[in-house]
Amino acid sequence: MGIDRAAVDHVARLARLALDDDERDRMRAELDDILGHAGRIQALDLDGVEPTLHPLPLVNASRPDEITPSLSQSDALRSAPEAEDGRFRVPRIIEDA
Amino acid sequence: MTPPALHWRPATELAAGLDAGDLTSVELTEAIIRRCDDVEPHIAAFLQRTDERALTGAAAADARRARGEALTPWDGIPVAYKDIFVTRDVPTTAGSRILERWVPPYDATVVERCSAAGMPLFGKTNLDQFAMGSSTEHSGFHPSRNPWDPARVPGGSSGGSAALVAAGAVPWAWGTDTGGSVRQPAALCGIVGAKPTYGLVSRYGMVAFASSLDQAGPLTRSVEDAAALLSTAAGHDPRDSTSIRDGAPNLLEGLGEGIAGKRIGVVEEFGGEGSQPGVRARVDDAYGRLERLGAVLEEVSLPSFEHAIPAYYLIAPAEASSNLARYDGVRYGPRRVATDIVAMNSKTRADGFGAEVKRRIMIGTYALSAGYYDAYYGKAQKVRTLIVEDLKRAFQRVDLIVCPTSPTTAFKLGERTADPLSMYLSDVYTVPVNLAGVPAMSVPCGTSPDDGLPVGLQIIAPVLDERSMFQAAYAFEQDLGWAESDEGRPNL
Amino acid sequence: MSVAPPHTLETTIGLEIHVELATASKMFCGCKVAFGGEPNTRTCPVCLGLPGSLPVVNERAIEYTTRIGVAFNCSIAKRSLFARKNYFYPDMPKNYQITQYELPLATQGHLTLDGESGAVSVGVTRVHLEEDTGGSLHVGGSGRIADSEYSLEDYNRAGTPLVEIVTEPDLHTAEQARLFVAELRAIVEALGVSDVRMEEGSLRVDANISVRRAGEVEHGAKVEVKNMNSIRSVGRALEHEEERQRKALEAGETLVQETRHFDEKTGTTSSLRTKEYAFDYRYFPEPDLVPFEAADEWVEALRASQPELPAERRVRWKQTYGLPPGDVAVLASSKATAAWFEAAALAYGGDAKKIVNWIIADLFGLLNEAGIDLTECKIAPAQLAGLVGLVDDGAISGKQAKEVLGHMFKTGDDAAEVVQDKGLEQESDTAVLDAVVEEVIAENPEAADKVRAGQLNTIGFLVGRVMRKTGGSANPKLVTELLRTKLAG
Repeated sequence: MGIDRAAVDHVARLARLALDDDERDRMRAELDDILGHAGRIQALDLDGVEPTLHPLPLVNASRPDEITPSLSQSDALRSAPEAEDGRFRVPRIIEDA
Repeated sequence: MTPPALHWRPATELAAGLDAGDLTSVELTEAIIRRCDDVEPHIAAFLQRTDERALTGAAAADARRARGEALTPWDGIPVAYKDIFVTRDVPTTAGSRILERWVPPYDATVVERCSAAGMPLFGKTNLDQFAMGSSTEHSGFHPSRNPWDPARVPGGSSGGSAALVAAGAVPWAWGTDTGGSVRQPAALCGIVGAKPTYGLVSRYGMVAFASSLDQAGPLTRSVEDAAALLSTAAGHDPRDSTSIRDGAPNLLEGLGEGIAGKRIGVVEEFGGEGSQPGVRARVDDAYGRLERLGAVLEEVSLPSFEHAIPAYYLIAPAEASSNLARYDGVRYGPRRVATDIVAMNSKTRADGFGAEVKRRIMIGTYALSAGYYDAYYGKAQKVRTLIVEDLKRAFQRVDLIVCPTSPTTAFKLGERTADPLSMYLSDVYTVPVNLAGVPAMSVPCGTSPDDGLPVGLQIIAPVLDERSMFQAAYAFEQDLGWAESDEGRPNL
Repeated sequence: MSVAPPHTLETTIGLEIHVELATASKMFCGCKVAFGGEPNTRTCPVCLGLPGSLPVVNERAIEYTTRIGVAFNCSIAKRSLFARKNYFYPDMPKNYQITQYELPLATQGHLTLDGESGAVSVGVTRVHLEEDTGGSLHVGGSGRIADSEYSLEDYNRAGTPLVEIVTEPDLHTAEQARLFVAELRAIVEALGVSDVRMEEGSLRVDANISVRRAGEVEHGAKVEVKNMNSIRSVGRALEHEEERQRKALEAGETLVQETRHFDEKTGTTSSLRTKEYAFDYRYFPEPDLVPFEAADEWVEALRASQPELPAERRVRWKQTYGLPPGDVAVLASSKATAAWFEAAALAYGGDAKKIVNWIIADLFGLLNEAGIDLTECKIAPAQLAGLVGLVDDGAISGKQAKEVLGHMFKTGDDAAEVVQDKGLEQESDTAVLDAVVEEVIAENPEAADKVRAGQLNTIGFLVGRVMRKTGGSANPKLVTELLRTKLAG
């Protein structure tokens, strides 16, 4: 299946990447190429094969419900691009469209 | 033969010198700083040097040793880290502009454990951003160069660490390996690089690329050093749910036991035209040497390995697309000004990430998006099962498996950047190992007769059998004698 | 399109409820779980989503969620997984939420509600565990997101363990939905796994409601209602929404799938998003976590150690105390009320119905006036029992007892102390009362004559006169007897 520009636009929007026209064209061709190669495994009949989520079959890794020290407010905000009143400031929140 | 300069000596030898009082950590650190000053203009391996901090650490180590309170034999031997390991108060970039000026408030477990062993932090090394790449050309700052030929890449993504160690600039360094990023640069730079079993080393504080594949690994000039460095950081970490439950094995124990009687598998599917003739020649020599050392070689078939690259280039980007979503200009890193959050996120990410990272985010997002999950990501995770099973079957017959680490020697800068797919295909020997989670390492087996550049032999072991892998690598290295000879050092 | 007559419309409601767990630490890190506080003071590399950090599951959160699953009669998964739900939002530090998708901790449960129109069984589709987001403060404009200039993010809440409970669309009236939420709240509270305070957001309810013509196979356009901030507003919002949809259908309008916001003040809903946005969350198994396998013995041990749940309590109270369902429902609505009642009933030892009446008719009134709840009340359960005992013994009248209760409510003193301090004990000395009774008979000859003539109901009037003269301190029983004797025909 080929990747068209609409698919590139959709994926770029989901991934929050502002790509210019050149990048979109290049990306379309590269994705088509790479996914075309990767897509070869689609032809394999793998019904009944369990997916491997982890190389090791570990289960039940958890921690006791204990409080550990938090960062100070200034440490939490140390690398913030913009902060105000102890909070991270962000531009107007809008819905994805 | 005069003994090599201080900066060329392996860490295990330096440890003996420190212990005997022939050498102080400050002297060693100063020698390393001088060597770095000399070679760095040629190899551009660092993203950040921490000379002052290393000297302070060295002085503290000397004081401890003088009081008879050395923390470990490695107390006072500096170590460099790929700049993907989070270091408290030392900027950490993962090689990307999107993390420029980020100053972490915590240390990675690997860093914490090596610091607890007394090893001063000696700089942060260059990498392909977020470890995505095989050449270090995808660094957001500058490419690094191969000490054997500065016109060539050192490999990647742990290229900065590999170049530094190969140039005799630091005794050892940490890298990370998601699809070959420790082993391939080790091979291309003529040094030792090991990727342990997934879960042996904690991933806590390693900036994530692909969570189910990432593992930290040592880059060193000797097998013994690799065993020592890996043993220092390995073992259960309660902060990483995917870390093994057991403590660390001491891989230095029994290192010299040899490989007589060991059954070693040669991968049937990897024979033939896949590698450069010079690489094949050296690796064939290596097989012969292993036999002479008493190993029994036989062919093993791993038919699923041909699907490893497609599976890898779906799983790794899929996980990466999610792992890298947090770089959005809200909490850390630079921000592009925009009037709303969607535009701010999108511009910040478009400007902050390099082309390769964006490409993989796009692939991964696509592979996970509605309607494609089963065909891509879901299928790739099943292919992974086939690879695990093929290896299990093979390891019922043999103790270890060998093959080339990379199909080629170091290539020229710019040679492959135009064609991402061909770059991906060159990971053919390393990627199946990460998918299966088994340990593997690359040991130098001399230089290619074609171009005089180093060639690496990859040794693959069953899950958690690092010991057999290191024993074989050590036996091979000692018998070859290349690394310790002048021939094993680039002329830089 | 034909206009459907009202009686052929039917309503379908499904609920999606989020409960914040009252664990000590967060879901995936050791930061303290608390409400409010200075912004960004309860964060760490993990819940701030700093590069390199990794989540580790809080074992108590798993236990609490499993307890909820057991309480809703769910089947507990032998193997469950966490997944990542990917979407960008600045209150979410990693821009994905760790949640459960395939293989949640509990599925296929049900809850039986005793509604006004009989028992209703409501299916519980799933109970799963996830992490909460941080909080956004919208600055500029009206303070709502739509017209704000910018926002400020606080990640103190980010990573708080959150349980999502999803019901089947088995509810058919707003009242049933309200009842379900009330029962859920009581269950979760009884389990002791959450504060379930809707006003603080530790219990959050979203509803999907659709109205269709009876007999149609397809559900009507699904409307999601948000911002219902109390159990009462769940009822109000859904009643309003049901009515709105009903009217629209009756008027021949077509309903659209949308999300609507409930306004507490006006009691109405307004459209938030008309077109259902095509979300593509790209779920995949969380590679930083490993599966959880629930051993049978572990689940059985949890089951065996579940506290008494409201339904069980209702049955027991009915059997033990013979209380009517209405009273039981009121008293069982919260853990604190139930415990208070039980302690008072135990201390009293007599007919629990009397205690119930005092609580519901009197104590609740005082609490309402003071705007506090039972946990803050100064009166201890045993003190109420003491007060009722004084009435039983005839030491004070019922009317006096109400006054005493008022004092107790303010001071927290025992009933006996208040009675003594205020000199409220009833006059039971026959010699004293005799004189007053004689006076009253003399002053009210007509009434006295009526009683003499056998109109015994007029005796109450005379008793009242005596009480008034004594400032209410006379023992009314004794006064009645005296009047009867004196006016005996």
